[in-house]
Amino acid sequence: MSDTQAPNAAADVEMSQYVADRSRVNEEKIKQDDEIIQQFGDYSYGWHDSDAAGEAAKRGIDESVVRGISADKGEPEWMLDMRLRGYKAFLEKPMPEWGVDLTGFNADDFKYYVKPIDKQAKTWDELPDDIRNTYDRLGIPEAEKNRLVSGVAAQYESEVIYNSIQEDLKKQGVIFVDTDTAVREYPDLVRKYFGTVVPPEDNKFGALNTAAWSGGSFVYVPKGVHVDIPLQAYFRINTPAMGQFERTLIIADEGSYVHYVEGCTAPIWSEDSLHAAIVEIIVEKHARVRYTTVQNWSNNVYNLVTQRAYVREGGTMEWVDGNIGSKATMKYPACILAEPYAKASTMSLGFAGKGQYQDTGAKMIHLAPHTSSTIVAKSISRGGGRSAYRGLVKIVKGAEGSSNSTVCDALLVDDFSRSDTYPHVDVREDDVSMAHEATVSKISEDQLFYLMSRGLSEEEAQGMIVRGFVEPISRELPMEYALELNRLVELQMEGSVG
Amino acid sequence: MSTLEIKDLYVHVETKEGTKQILKGASLTVHSGETHAIMGPNGSGKSTLAYTLAGHPKYVVDSGEALLDGQDILKMTPDERAKAGLFLAMQYPVEVPGVSMTNFLRTAKTEIDGEAPSVRTWARELSQAMKRLKMDPKFASRSVNEGFSGGEKKRAEVLQLELLKPKFAILDETDSGLDVDALRIVSEGVNRAKEANQFGILMVTHYTRILKYIKPDIVHVFADGHFVKTGGPELADELEENGYDAYLPEGADSESALA
Repeated sequence: MSDTQAPNAAADVEMSQYVADRSRVNEEKIKQDDEIIQQFGDYSYGWHDSDAAGEAAKRGIDESVVRGISADKGEPEWMLDMRLRGYKAFLEKPMPEWGVDLTGFNADDFKYYVKPIDKQAKTWDELPDDIRNTYDRLGIPEAEKNRLVSGVAAQYESEVIYNSIQEDLKKQGVIFVDTDTAVREYPDLVRKYFGTVVPPEDNKFGALNTAAWSGGSFVYVPKGVHVDIPLQAYFRINTPAMGQFERTLIIADEGSYVHYVEGCTAPIWSEDSLHAAIVEIIVEKHARVRYTTVQNWSNNVYNLVTQRAYVREGGTMEWVDGNIGSKATMKYPACILAEPYAKASTMSLGFAGKGQYQDTGAKMIHLAPHTSSTIVAKSISRGGGRSAYRGLVKIVKGAEGSSNSTVCDALLVDDFSRSDTYPHVDVREDDVSMAHEATVSKISEDQLFYLMSRGLSEEEAQGMIVRGFVEPISRELPMEYALELNRLVELQMEGSVG
Repeated sequence: MSTLEIKDLYVHVETKEGTKQILKGASLTVHSGETHAIMGPNGSGKSTLAYTLAGHPKYVVDSGEALLDGQDILKMTPDERAKAGLFLAMQYPVEVPGVSMTNFLRTAKTEIDGEAPSVRTWARELSQAMKRLKMDPKFASRSVNEGFSGGEKKRAEVLQLELLKPKFAILDETDSGLDVDALRIVSEGVNRAKEANQFGILMVTHYTRILKYIKPDIVHVFADGHFVKTGGPELADELEENGYDAYLPEGADSESALA
């Protein structure tokens, strides 16, 4: 400090220097992140297979495409009607003007129906070599062989190319097939429930799914049957500009239990792809369903998904939702608590890295007395990424004795990322219990210093803090998925230290 | 035999009110096996000295050196300093939610030693060290410092000291907020660790009571950013008697009564 300067002037100079230093750090950080993202290794599922079916596929959607899909699948008239209702609703509904940035989204860019093989394989060996290799690299046949899962569905582009279930479950009457097969083999069950939880006119992308759906899982668990080991579905996009529209319908009959786990990956292409799924779940009396997602799409996939469960008396629905990948995600798993003592929870994690926007949350609709719900939503933003919690808790008049607890925690890893919270609460009943808690925190200098003073490098220290932050979610996952989630979070954190 | 040499250290921090000079020419030499008590009035800068040595980014070094066996640790990141053999037991250890003590301790041990400890001996070492510090075994599965009482936090710091086996341990007000029993358990832990590893200790404290349990070889009075007096254990008795008034700048409030 020179003697001629007033103390305040010195402080001003220092402050502007400080600001300049900060912004330079940010620029360097962004540049480093760019370099890492340039490297293929940043996303470890970015490979792709040969792509004859994808290259030949038509782009865009019109009524003839919708009719063509239905005809190719040999569907009954009622399903075609359902598709056409969906298509009409898609045309009529405006693009959402809230949530993620969809200005670059053009429905005509995508391929709506890509059939990679003619017939579902009965064994992994029947699959073409490169597809088979893809699943080997993802570790799916291995998990099946080691009985970490009690059934496997593998969807590739538009089709479920492999589907299996353990014999003993089959004998107990558990159905686990792709939804196309279900329409043919269990038409009454499908017709009874399809589109009842998410109607064709529900929302723009749900409508598009209804028009163009292909694949997905159909699960029926008979009364009292407990499927103790999870059913596993794996969704893979291979071709550029793919539109994947799987449609999943799960019916858990009275007193039954099932846990369905889905994972998703895609190659890195310069063109964007679209994943617009619908998951409908019916939880009958005293049944319990857990639906777990570990979504790791590459950063060129729009992930616009509608998931909703209808829960009857004493039933329990649990969504565990990990969103690590994608370019933009809009996803708000919902539960309709339709009868007394129904329970629901959503535990979600959104990780928004550079160029990503995770707009996630939950909806809990309480229609009956003594229903209860919990929402735990955690988000991490870094590298300029943006995450948001968007939630709706609705309790109608007469749903007395109902309760909701919502906890939203956001963690900002740096100074130039963003997190928002949009909680919406609509309660029309006096006798209810509501709790809402929201925190936004940053990785503090003191936390980093503490861990570093114990020998951890800055990057390790950050990783440890972030893993600790997601621990309440990862502990809910099956072991191998918890490890996978931690690994993905670590990959996302790589290069975060400037 | 290791040596930590602090030479003419000047340190400032940036505050809302502007730059604040805290250390003004602090010099000290500590050898393995020695216990130095650094005593001084509140605000004299003794904790700043501790955090500066450990490398907290808030403290900016203007000039001076801190050599650990000839290597200038001030040029190192905090993790490099830890690996070089420095350990700071903090007055206010921070919480790290969702990270279990077991995971944290094992990771730290692996980093400091450069290799993962063998699973069997490590588990035994950990559980014995915890037992000696009278810590509930459940403690190992709790999140780092989360919801710990003041006493539990201090025990957790001493547990790390025992397990990480540094060359020099800086204890920043390790006695604060402890009742007599906890103070004894924590002090015994420090003495045990020193007995086993013969490290040097820099014990920063405002009060003399911890010196009944951890016997210093050398006592320093630290005031206004530097060492003003050095003596044997008898200097602590003198401070007990007369307080820090003699070392305060004229006109300063005496809030330095010793407990």
